[in-house]
Amino acid sequence: MFMSPLGSRFTKAALLSFAIGATTSTTAFAETTVTAVMHAPLRALDPAISSAYILRNYAYMVYDTLLALDADGNIKPQMADWAVSDDGLTYTFTLRDGLMWHDGTPVTAEDCVASIARWDQVDKTGQVMASLMNDMSVVDDKTFTMTFSEPTAVVLTALSKPSGIAPFMMPKAVASTPVSEPITSSIGSGPFKFVADAYQPGVSATFEKFDGYIPRDEPSSGLAGAKEVLVDEVVWTTMPDPMTAASALMTGEIDFIEQLPHDLLPLVEGNPDFQLKIFAKQGSQNLARMNHTLPPFDNPEMRKAVMLALGQQPMLDAQVGAGSEYGNTCPAVLGCGSAYASDYLADEIVNPHPEAAKKILAEQGYDGTPILLMHATDLANLTPQGPVIAQQLRDAGFTVDMVSMDWASVVARRGSKATISDGGWNMFSTTNVLPDVDDPIGFIGVAAGGDTAWFGWPDVPEIEQARTDFASVADPDEAKAIALKIDKLVKDNGVMIPMGEFSSVTVASSAITLGVDAEAPVFWNLSKSE
Amino acid sequence: MGVFILKRLLSAVPVLFMVAVIVFLVLRLSPGDPAVMIAGPNATPDQLAALRDAMGLNEPLLTQLFVWLGQILSGDFGVSLVSGQPVTHLIMDRFGPTLSLSIVTLIIAVVVAIPLGVVAAWQQGKLLDRLVMAGSVLGFSVPVFIIGYTMILIFARILGWFPVQGYKPLSDGFGEFAIRLVLPAVSLSFPYIALIARIVRTNVIEVMNEDYIRTARAKGLTERGVLMGHALGNAAVPIITIIGVSIAMLIGGVVVTESVFNIPGLGRLVLEAVLARDYTVIQSVILLFSTIYVFINLVVDLLYSLFDPRIRY
Amino acid sequence: MTTPTLTEPSVPAQDLPEMTTVPETGTVKATLRAVFSTWAARISLIVVVLIVAMALLAPWLGTQDPVQIAPGERLQGSSLAHFLGTDSYGRDVYSRVAYGARISLAVGAGTVVISVLLGIFFGVLTGYFRWADLIVMRFMDGLMAIPGILLAIALVAISGATLTTVLIAIAVPEIPRVARMVRAVILGVRTEPYVEAATCLGTGIWAMVWRHLLPSTLAPLLVQGTYIFASAIMTESILSFLGAGIPPETPSWGNMMAEGRVYFLLKPELILYPGVMVSLTVLSVNMLGDVLRDQLDPRMAKRL
Repeated sequence: MFMSPLGSRFTKAALLSFAIGATTSTTAFAETTVTAVMHAPLRALDPAISSAYILRNYAYMVYDTLLALDADGNIKPQMADWAVSDDGLTYTFTLRDGLMWHDGTPVTAEDCVASIARWDQVDKTGQVMASLMNDMSVVDDKTFTMTFSEPTAVVLTALSKPSGIAPFMMPKAVASTPVSEPITSSIGSGPFKFVADAYQPGVSATFEKFDGYIPRDEPSSGLAGAKEVLVDEVVWTTMPDPMTAASALMTGEIDFIEQLPHDLLPLVEGNPDFQLKIFAKQGSQNLARMNHTLPPFDNPEMRKAVMLALGQQPMLDAQVGAGSEYGNTCPAVLGCGSAYASDYLADEIVNPHPEAAKKILAEQGYDGTPILLMHATDLANLTPQGPVIAQQLRDAGFTVDMVSMDWASVVARRGSKATISDGGWNMFSTTNVLPDVDDPIGFIGVAAGGDTAWFGWPDVPEIEQARTDFASVADPDEAKAIALKIDKLVKDNGVMIPMGEFSSVTVASSAITLGVDAEAPVFWNLSKSE
Repeated sequence: MGVFILKRLLSAVPVLFMVAVIVFLVLRLSPGDPAVMIAGPNATPDQLAALRDAMGLNEPLLTQLFVWLGQILSGDFGVSLVSGQPVTHLIMDRFGPTLSLSIVTLIIAVVVAIPLGVVAAWQQGKLLDRLVMAGSVLGFSVPVFIIGYTMILIFARILGWFPVQGYKPLSDGFGEFAIRLVLPAVSLSFPYIALIARIVRTNVIEVMNEDYIRTARAKGLTERGVLMGHALGNAAVPIITIIGVSIAMLIGGVVVTESVFNIPGLGRLVLEAVLARDYTVIQSVILLFSTIYVFINLVVDLLYSLFDPRIRY
Repeated sequence: MTTPTLTEPSVPAQDLPEMTTVPETGTVKATLRAVFSTWAARISLIVVVLIVAMALLAPWLGTQDPVQIAPGERLQGSSLAHFLGTDSYGRDVYSRVAYGARISLAVGAGTVVISVLLGIFFGVLTGYFRWADLIVMRFMDGLMAIPGILLAIALVAISGATLTTVLIAIAVPEIPRVARMVRAVILGVRTEPYVEAATCLGTGIWAMVWRHLLPSTLAPLLVQGTYIFASAIMTESILSFLGAGIPPETPSWGNMMAEGRVYFLLKPELILYPGVMVSLTVLSVNMLGDVLRDQLDPRMAKRL
């Protein structure tokens, strides 16, 4: 056909890639392979550079954590057990026996110290922990200690946290890489080994059972307990077209879809060949955010008008289907499933009040300057948010300029503090998974430290004080009182507006026995019958 | 001839240089920051700055352009800003599926279109001709994803003859490879069947009116012999030309088809790269596509001059 | 290359100079007569007229606000309130189809205007001035070599999804084709005696371009414009499908298909209504293009 210097290079390359295909296909003869369509493609391999869920989920396959949360949210030992000194200042961690890296070398306390030191630079809770820490040192191969300047429980929360950026343990050689430099190694001590040869960034990732992994004795619960791998191989793929994914599931080409669009559920509902499963911990909260630094939302009254204008039901209708059981309205900032659920201003938050909003607009002399609302169009859960918010604001008398763009552009533009004409913004919306939301320290939506806060930059010192207090209390009742105070302050100041909660639906072939309900879709304790 | 080829090859250099500059500028002026996409929502400004630094994004634009051009000339396409993998490796990985899809599409298009065009020419003005011509305009008028979805519905879901999606390399066996390419290639081939059939028809009609064909007929050659032996043979140049043009146009069509049928090819690679602002990948893939395009045009030009010596630049 | 047009985009320009049919007054009538001569042409014309009427009269055709969402009433079937049911936001599908005609025709017309005007400008520039030829044509060649759909996606990503951006993104890859054609025609007529005579008489350059050179390009431009029109409508739908189209709120047929794709197995009509409209429009316009070409441009007709 055609040949140019470049062309022939790539033709050769293509032939080469056929050959690479041949080496990987030998693993395709493994007895049980589970093919799963994940919610997003895996493109990077460093869990410390991003809080993207797919990266976190990948890390739970390949790496292990020192501590883990069980199904009830209790902190349990995973790789290590711990002891606290009587003064509450020193934590001693002891690694359990038999931990091994995928290259066959044993896991040591040195590895863990290096891993924690890399991770605590990037994670919000990790940074709080690091700021309180005086010293972290290796005692012997299996023991290390952390010493703090004041008694704190944050260390256990931090080392068991399953979201934001979770603390995964890596070999020291890898963990010594500066945080600014993404790692490409995938040597962990987790229950699955990453098959690097078969990895196609953005297309597929293959994991095989790691025979050297010794599960804990306790039964599996949440992310804690035994992680038993019951299949030989797990292949993650991404499909850009949900219709194609659904069709592929129905013809048996794939076994598992992490998130099937709710509108496609009728295809599989009632069909005995498929099972639907809701992992409660993977539910999400919708959130609307205003820019506190620009008019009109530098005015608290105008923010209140928006809160009154918005309502949750239409949003949920558009996201998961009218009257669907997969969505629920929720006035609580920290999530309705959390210990900190609150009913404060429930009616104002949940239901639209266009007339009340109009009244405020009139009082404040709103002149019809358009509200610039950023609308992400390339993520299934976010796509419906923009039009619904725009419509509700318009119904309440706002002029809305909804700007549609891909998520990358939203992420870039929301960082801008400029005026609208110079590329700034007034409002955007997104979702967070519930385990991220119910943590008053880690939840980005409630931080209100002005310039240091999340995009929108609300400046409410009382909230920051409350969050600091929360980090240092150990008593659950006291913690709850502070959390409820944060909830109230967030609503009173229009820091963020909760827009309802919905659960994602996982669909799998009936041949699959699904694993535990955890924050991440995990593939241990999951089996497949022929 | 050798000088002519050399001249044409050299003339491709400034074109590709232009492509490189246009693509580079278009991308770097776009909002969106690969560092932000990688670092996620919780990144601090310091981390972002460090990440940008590590990715070379803090250099002046012109420096970045020349660094990149220099790298290309030395055969180094850099590493993906998102996955950290060498771009050449990523392209290698994705080249096989796109190449296979393009070739199979083209084979289907040619195999179907040439007989259609010849039959239409033979039946010129009659019902069959009109049907072929109307069908060919229709082939242009239905969006490729609608054809694709309909194919999936009928042949994969209802009849179960073919898999819905996916791609297997040739090394997994010809059967596995071929069965997954049928639906996407057929869906994608519609406009090309239309295009090629029209060209074949017109040129065969033109040739059939020439004197020597009349002579051949008068000598008692069968209609089929005339059509296949003489008419089609003499219409070969424009037909080959349009096939060349089709190859160049295919590049656009594969983007949609790869998305519908979940084929991990270059089209999807570049689409994902745009969404993640993975500059190095976008630049390299577009440059690759453009090189192929320029090269095919070159071949078309050469064919023209080969068959029609009057044409010289 | 985004979507194939019915013309050959990259046939070497030297093949074109002989197309110098200057339309005479008589051919306008002849063309009109020809347009009505076959059934296919007549039907195409009627379809085009109907679609234009639908676009112009959309507000008076019993439509509702095509942007008004009502999530509580989403994905309903046909009813008296919603002739063609509702989409995934509870918007009225019939109204969106009707208003969508406006967008699609605007995209088609806008693309033709932008690409033909700029194409003429660059074509004349390069056809008439040797110095411009070198630089501008290299740039045009570069632009032409970039796969149109990829360039369009990148352009939309830069400037954000607005109708204007999408128009420009669709039109820009068409410019080199028009420019090349205009340039070829002008290269052909530049040496004609009447043009040389005019040059001797001291006619200004642009006056001469206007009076003597441009008329020769009219016929091929008209034909080319028709195909660009059809191709632009198709490209809009593909861009929307890939998520790089007109803002999703805007009722365009491409957006409707892109949003409806998820429901193909459950409510195929969501994608089929706009799909049929796109196909009908593109089909009719292409048919008319064929007729025009046969009449105005016999040489091109022979080639295709």
